[in-house]
Amino acid sequence: MSRWVCPDCGYVYDEEKGHPREGFPPGTAWEAVPDSWACPDCGVRDKVDFEPDD
Amino acid sequence: MDELTDKQPAAGPVAEEAPGHHHHHHHDEVDLNPAGWRDGKRYAWLLGILVPLLPFISWQLVEATGLGIFWYSAPLVVFGLFPLLDTVIGLDPTNPPDSVLKWLEQDRYYRWCTYMFIPVQYAGLVFACWQWADGGLSVFESIGLTLTMGVVGGIAINTAHELGHKREAMERWLGRVALAQTGYGHFFIEHNRGHHVRVATPEDPASSRMGESFWAFLPRTVSGSLRSAWGIEAARLDRLGVSHWSYKNDILSAWAMTVLLFGGLAVAFGPVVLPYLIVQAVVGFSLLEVVNYLEHYGLLRQRKDDGRYERCQQQHSWNSNNVASNVLLFHLQRHSDHHTHPTRRYQALRHAEEAPQLPTGYAGMIVLALFPPVWRRVMDPRLLAHYDGDVSRINMQPRARRRIEARYGSAS
Repeated sequence: MSRWVCPDCGYVYDEEKGHPREGFPPGTAWEAVPDSWACPDCGVRDKVDFEPDD
Repeated sequence: MDELTDKQPAAGPVAEEAPGHHHHHHHDEVDLNPAGWRDGKRYAWLLGILVPLLPFISWQLVEATGLGIFWYSAPLVVFGLFPLLDTVIGLDPTNPPDSVLKWLEQDRYYRWCTYMFIPVQYAGLVFACWQWADGGLSVFESIGLTLTMGVVGGIAINTAHELGHKREAMERWLGRVALAQTGYGHFFIEHNRGHHVRVATPEDPASSRMGESFWAFLPRTVSGSLRSAWGIEAARLDRLGVSHWSYKNDILSAWAMTVLLFGGLAVAFGPVVLPYLIVQAVVGFSLLEVVNYLEHYGLLRQRKDDGRYERCQQQHSWNSNNVASNVLLFHLQRHSDHHTHPTRRYQALRHAEEAPQLPTGYAGMIVLALFPPVWRRVMDPRLLAHYDGDVSRINMQPRARRRIEARYGSAS
């Protein structure tokens, strides 16, 4: 399970939690999230801009 | 990030004091504030309540003077008084230092300045319905009150905008409540997930193009934003595996709020209020759209080598530091910083030196936008100067391209 962070606003996509409201149930792998998906908090950066969160 | 604190070691110990260690109760603000910096606009934000109070102020002025013209107070204040105040009071380009941004954002006082808008807004709407139905107003006076309510509804979209960008569910919900008056509940989705993603590109219905008049932009942005909002919400519902016509559809539930509101008011005051409610809603969302028109006029994010647009930066929004309009609109005019950091709270938004500046505040620019030849004369040279005369880097209305290139020269 990995975590990906929006480089603009700090929103974190956590595979363990997913984002149920957006249609990504807990456990949804980052690869399964479409590339066109923009950060749900700021909308400024797209999925492909996200960075791994260690 | 905390460079300024580092340069002011004297303030350091106060900031690093352990929580609950409040020796200096007589200096509460200084305790909280690491740089000892004071917000000059702190109490000015209370003026945000002025606009939703205008229906009541109008009434008192009409009662006191017998002059029906005072029912027009909101358009007179926003399109007359505020452009004048912007000219008289002038600019304030000062920024809160980096070191106080966190403190500034967590101070709940600023949130209450936006929350309190909403009960006053709806008290005003109920009051207006009562006046339309039973106030014995003349046609001239009813039209004035309708325009005043439209302006309140439009400015309420600005309040909704501030609240809708926040992470807290309660603030997002309040934002949707504020949108109910204008029936613009879909704005909350389209703005955050559509406009912010595609801003300053030809794909964004809410970014105006050079050579596009406000009157051409208005139907394009209203219909395009609606289509885009529906598409975004439909994609989300598809991922959830539920019908587009579900109660989970945020657009439908937001519109349901408007239907309940208008229906409830029609039951309480009679169906006579419905035409007024509909007209004020159209005036309200048109006011939002004229603000959209001036925020990104002609500005264009360039394509990168990989075909994607460059990220939205300070140079992709028109800004203004006019104090009066900035206080009226919760710093909306510091629009570049808003687009660069959309979740940043209004009180912490900053002036950016590299952002293109409008010749006056948003209030005056709204009036200008209604007169396309004047708008073009004022804005087209500024837009060209921003791009060093390079027409190819501008977001251009396709139909206007030949005319503009003939006039200002083609870069190719």
